[in-house]
Amino acid sequence: MKDFSEIKEQVKQVLGEVADGVQLSDFWQKYLGKTGVISGLMKEMKTVPPEEKPTFGKAVNDVRIWAQNLYNEKQSEIKEYELKKRYERETLDVTMPALKRPTGNLHPITLITQQMISVFAGMGFEVLEYPEVEDDDHNFTRLNVLKDHPSRDMQDTFWLTEDLLLRTHTSPGQIRTMDAERPPIKVLVPGKVFRSDSDATHSPMFMQMEGLVVDKGINLCDLQGMLDQFVKQMFGDGTKTRLRPSYFPFTEPSVEVDVSCFECGGKGCSLCKGTGWIEVLGGGVVNKKVLENCNIDPEEYSGLAFGIGVERITMLKYGIPNMGMFFANDVDFLKQFKA
Amino acid sequence: MKILFSWLKDYVDIECQPLELVDKLFGAGFEVEETKYLGQDIEKVVVGEVTSIEKYEGTHLYICHVNCGEYGADNVILTGADNVFKGAKVPAAVVGAKLPGGIEIQPRKMADMMSYGMLCSGGELGVTEDWIKGADVHGILMLPSGANVGEDIKKTLDLDDYVFDISITANRPDCQSVLGIAREVAAFLGKPLKEPDYSFTRTDVTKPEISVEIEALDLCPRYLGDYIYEVKHFESPQWMKRRLSVCGFSSIDAIVDITNYVLLEIGQPMHAYDLDTLDGKSILVRRAKDGEKITTLDEKERVLTKDNLLICDKHKGVGLAGIMGGLNSEIEVKTSEILLEAAKFRRDNVRKTSRALGLHTDAAARFEKGVDEYGVECGMNRALNLVEKLGVAKIGNSHFDVSAGEDKGEAKFDVTVDKVNSVLGIDVPKADITRILKSLMFGVEENGETLSVTVPRWRTDVENYQDIAEEVIREYGYDHVIPRFLDSAKVTNGGLSFLQNKELSTKEYFCSQGFYEVRTLAMYSEHELDMLRLPKNAPERNVIKLLNPITDNLSILRTVLAPSMINVIADNIKNDCSAARFFEIANVHIPKALPLTEAPEERKELCLGVYGADETFFTLKEAVEGFAAANGLTFRFERGECSYLHPGICADILCGGVKIGQMGKLRYEIVNDLNIAEGKKSDLSIFIAEINYSAIEGLYKREMKFTADNGKLKAKRDISLICDKKTLCVEIEDVIKSVSAKAADVKLIDSFESEKLGLGKKSLTFTITYADNDDVTDEIADSETDTIASALNDKLGAVRRV
Repeated sequence: MKDFSEIKEQVKQVLGEVADGVQLSDFWQKYLGKTGVISGLMKEMKTVPPEEKPTFGKAVNDVRIWAQNLYNEKQSEIKEYELKKRYERETLDVTMPALKRPTGNLHPITLITQQMISVFAGMGFEVLEYPEVEDDDHNFTRLNVLKDHPSRDMQDTFWLTEDLLLRTHTSPGQIRTMDAERPPIKVLVPGKVFRSDSDATHSPMFMQMEGLVVDKGINLCDLQGMLDQFVKQMFGDGTKTRLRPSYFPFTEPSVEVDVSCFECGGKGCSLCKGTGWIEVLGGGVVNKKVLENCNIDPEEYSGLAFGIGVERITMLKYGIPNMGMFFANDVDFLKQFKA
Repeated sequence: MKILFSWLKDYVDIECQPLELVDKLFGAGFEVEETKYLGQDIEKVVVGEVTSIEKYEGTHLYICHVNCGEYGADNVILTGADNVFKGAKVPAAVVGAKLPGGIEIQPRKMADMMSYGMLCSGGELGVTEDWIKGADVHGILMLPSGANVGEDIKKTLDLDDYVFDISITANRPDCQSVLGIAREVAAFLGKPLKEPDYSFTRTDVTKPEISVEIEALDLCPRYLGDYIYEVKHFESPQWMKRRLSVCGFSSIDAIVDITNYVLLEIGQPMHAYDLDTLDGKSILVRRAKDGEKITTLDEKERVLTKDNLLICDKHKGVGLAGIMGGLNSEIEVKTSEILLEAAKFRRDNVRKTSRALGLHTDAAARFEKGVDEYGVECGMNRALNLVEKLGVAKIGNSHFDVSAGEDKGEAKFDVTVDKVNSVLGIDVPKADITRILKSLMFGVEENGETLSVTVPRWRTDVENYQDIAEEVIREYGYDHVIPRFLDSAKVTNGGLSFLQNKELSTKEYFCSQGFYEVRTLAMYSEHELDMLRLPKNAPERNVIKLLNPITDNLSILRTVLAPSMINVIADNIKNDCSAARFFEIANVHIPKALPLTEAPEERKELCLGVYGADETFFTLKEAVEGFAAANGLTFRFERGECSYLHPGICADILCGGVKIGQMGKLRYEIVNDLNIAEGKKSDLSIFIAEINYSAIEGLYKREMKFTADNGKLKAKRDISLICDKKTLCVEIEDVIKSVSAKAADVKLIDSFESEKLGLGKKSLTFTITYADNDDVTDEIADSETDTIASALNDKLGAVRRV
């Protein structure tokens, strides 16, 4: 009885030398294919005596299965090897820059504007935008800034005609809102405002954000409570507010709102000029004359209003020293505000 | 406004430290912008008595023995000054002393002899002649013979004092004086106010010729005039000169000094006219005539208009009301009779005149903020009191009070405790409200919970319960306010609107495409429009001009953003940034008519600008098309024309059949004009897009609906064409879509030019996707493609390549 040990040795040896897929495929052709060596063994069947034929057939089949198994092992070995080679071949310097073009980003003023909006939006403030070109009536008179009042000088106005002007604050938004809506009112009016002023801390154009709340029973405590929430979210949980008297024709009482210095925690540093407090915004209880000018009965309703300089908040938050940087649009400046 | 600490003390007993007072003023709404200690940097300078003096032979020096009391009875001090004499009282800086300017006194050798200190001049102590007589003399400051030996010189010279520079809000004109601040200080310290002395006595002498008439009562609602005579001219007493000098006034002579002193003390500007110079001894207050001239005290001739208020005599202007007197009626040494003026002039008129003439004076500053009629009376009375007290003149019995009758005396109204507290949101007890109001010199009568309030005549700003609430909280303390988070306001719907969200996501889209957001000023100049080569009749030339621009560069409102973008790019190139992408969304202002009769159209524009080696027309177009696609919009591009864009690289952008903008390559001649180094201009490609963003806002889809695929067969076919080089891609797409309703999508996938194709020819290959309500079979697709091919041939002469 033939034990095919010679063939087996041969298979082992040849397969052992196979190093890649092509050689493996050659091996298959040579030994396991239809015309291969093992199939060839079957041809010897006719020389085998009839009684041995079943044994012979089984023995050949055993060799085929044995060789097939060996082949399968080799095949997965080669696959693994080739995959490994491919990975090696395709290895990149992953530290090389990914994009030819870096991502841009929003202007820091937009970033802070959006941050402020989302704080107030969470409190239920509607965001409204109004024209940049205003008239005397909305910008001054109905806000109780009367013609002969020196407070008109507080804001140097760019005039377009005797009546039309570039709005000097977002406060006309109070009038336009109250003309269109009835209490309860909670609106935020962000926008560009204009004053004929230009130096390190002033620009002829800057961004302001007006807030107005009108409802029954609104008072000074609500103003501080709301602004407390605002400054905590903008400057951190430990931040506190302080009110001190001020003057705006459209609020009475009027206050300046200081926040405890978020740089030093109130101990005094260069940011807060040693006072522990930083002036961030102005506000107050809406002057009853303004409500009356908008046909809202001050006996029934009261309101609070505030105005925030977005550039100032942005300068404080990001440590920007000069107002002019916002409008120079230097890429080296702009690219720093990715958030 | 400058306030001298010691002057305040004339009217209130202030026991707290000056810096504590600064804090309290701040709490009451008066921010002290600067606190200056007059004796700053002066230490161990004392009154010394020169006990002996001898010439140090061979030098220019004198050897003095100086008795400085507890600082040594016999200090040897050398001095070069030659006005020192035995027995003189002088400021002696002893060893260890400090002087302004960082000088420290140490024993030092002068011409081989030790000097233990220094005798000081006025200048070395920072004092002037107005501060102490003799301060300006050459040599050592001679102190009065009664000066106490060994006393700190700061005490002797009254340098132990503070000047506060206080900022006064526009609603408190009554606080523009020492008296005004003293009232506030008295209130918050809970001390009584010691009123200035207003008393004086008139003689029986009258001057019947004098007349005072107000023609323009609207601009001058109150005018007081008083006749004084036998005017003597002498220097004011040192205390008065000192106070004036600290507040920035130089001393002139007693009568003039009194007018300035009253301005500072009471807040009422005063003026003195030499009666001799007044023709007809008359005063007429009227509007100036257009072109009328007056030479003011600063010796400048001013040309006036009818908007300026003029104080006149019978024939001529003698003073610019509320601002500055006329040179022709100036007080001189020979002046013997004077008409003193205290008036109220309309604040906005003074402001306008002062601005128009560029003449800003202390008087104008006070009138602009507003004086009250009580102050007018106080000012005159105080001036006459000082005239009498200093013996400057006799006060005659001719006095005038012309009034428009505006002063209604003390205002009275009722407030309830509840109403006041409703503004504040806290419960200030009635007793505290009453106490606070009384401390501010309000009259208060309690009737249960109602308070009848009488407002002091100088508090013209207080009219209602809200004003009372402010007075109360100012004194009660803002730290009593309890922060509450909108307890009473209803829950409201907040957040950004649909369009606000869209705008933000648009900005974020462009950021993701490598664009930086920029913010440019809303104004520029005609120069920017010229830069764009806009023709004379271009609609963008219809601009709104500012009536009062701060600079010519910022004199018109924008009608197009491109120039601002070009400037941003130029600036960045200058800063050696070789490539960048920028965008801005901002308003342009389009007038409906010029000259402007109504508010202009404010339209949001989206401007894009890119430059750098990797940028082409198509890199920008990719960003623009991506923006449309991201919002479910389709932009159509057609060949366009634009004054600032490359004639061959310029596209109109259309959406919904309407032109919404244009984009293209910036013209070389504009690049050439940019203020950047010549070397950086070659190979510089700048691409600009400007899109009417407001128009796009109207096209955004507000609703979205899912559409199921109809499950029908679709088919794709490629078609290659040889066509004229000038044939536009969009023209071919249009033909395809017009002849085949089934051509759902047409996409250019390849294009090239080659000599083989023939001169002026190019090859284009499109992939057409067919879709329909029924299956698109291969036969249908092929026949559609054939139809398309023949139509392209007919209409555009394009030949199908097989």
